Amino acid sequence: MAEIIENTGSGKKEGGRRAPKRMGAHIDMTPMVDLMCLLITFFMLTTAFSKPKVMEITMPEKDKPEDVKDAPKVDAHRTYSILLTGDDKVFWYHHGEVPEGQTFPTTIRKTDFSKDGLRKILLNKNEKVFSEIFELKDKVKKGELVLVEDSLNAQIKRIKKSDKKAPIILIKADEKTKYKSIVNVVDEMAICNIANYAIVDIAPEEIALIEQAPK
Amino acid sequence: MAKIKLKRAQPHVDMTPMVDLFSLLLTFFMLTASFKPQEAKVIDSPMSVSEKATPDKDVISVLVSNDDKVFFSMDNGKDTSAHYRNQLITKINDLYRLSLTEKEITKFGQGSSFGMPMKKLKAFLNEENADTKEAMQTGIPMDTVGDQYPELAIWVAYARELNPLAEVAINGDAEANYKTVKKVMDVMQNAGVNRFNLVTNLQKEEATLEDIK
Repeated sequence: MAEIIENTGSGKKEGGRRAPKRMGAHIDMTPMVDLMCLLITFFMLTTAFSKPKVMEITMPEKDKPEDVKDAPKVDAHRTYSILLTGDDKVFWYHHGEVPEGQTFPTTIRKTDFSKDGLRKILLNKNEKVFSEIFELKDKVKKGELVLVEDSLNAQIKRIKKSDKKAPIILIKADEKTKYKSIVNVVDEMAICNIANYAIVDIAPEEIALIEQAPK
Repeated sequence: MAKIKLKRAQPHVDMTPMVDLFSLLLTFFMLTASFKPQEAKVIDSPMSVSEKATPDKDVISVLVSNDDKVFFSMDNGKDTSAHYRNQLITKINDLYRLSLTEKEITKFGQGSSFGMPMKKLKAFLNEENADTKEAMQTGIPMDTVGDQYPELAIWVAYARELNPLAEVAINGDAEANYKTVKKVMDVMQNAGVNRFNLVTNLQKEEATLEDIK
């Protein structure tokens, strides 16, 4: 005990150098609160973006067996079939190419979901309608034409209906197709402003064509 | 002259009250926020340019997971006072004699999506263990048994009867087989539904005139 007293005594003399160190920890909270503010703002904004959307799709009414008459004749020159299978593979053919007297072509063409694939083909076939709608949207965006969103949508519908030579697309999928392929195709219909399309059943001959097609 | 040494007081903002308030706010929100009941399965929706917002009221959701299981859910109406879920389960309970108790019916009313045959529903509602619950979700049967409608059609038909304004939303996983989704749509078309909303994630894509060249 005497030693301890001595120590403190000597400590005092030396100006506190030997004084026991204060064990108080003094953390500066500023950077932590800074980061928290940043994180909160970040999450507040990003969760707003990932709100799920819906894509509307209307299926044709199921025909009762007694109602099925001959399928309405559609102009083969306007009609294209898109065949879907697994691994995001896309094939297509033009009904106008089918040889006389046959229902199905001898070969099908391969494409993909990239910008230069299916989209390019669809845009080329639908050029007239697409450019009309694109120019209309452009005018509204630039402010040259003032339209409420509802009137704009009504006009777009009118343009789509007006072209009697616009392509008709039949979408057919086999057993291996993934759901996302169908969503992608219907999406492309919207992007390319295709007015007439339907998801229909695939024929066994078409399944065979897919199998025979070069990978 | 005595040097007046100006004491440069370093600005020292005391953060304690701010952190105090922050923890108070956090506790407040933690207690008042009601958690949405966990969906049966996490669905990874495919991308689409569609910008129409998902309806979260007056909606009948059918989920298709990536392992081709089908789940069903219905919301409780615009201000949840209609308690459509409770009404639906009471009706199904009476018609198919599932012998559910009041407590089980209430639990169903607060839940969300589920996927199992009707006769297994009672056991599912009583199960506490989360892992066992997940294993019990084998999907809603879509096959016709004899001359009876598939169970999915029964759920959808009665749900629409209770809430005629409800829209059908199909939330399919991108990797689900299209075959299953087509079956779901077929079953529902036979029950009188022809318009569907497919839930997607927004990915903006635009084609311009240059793309035609």
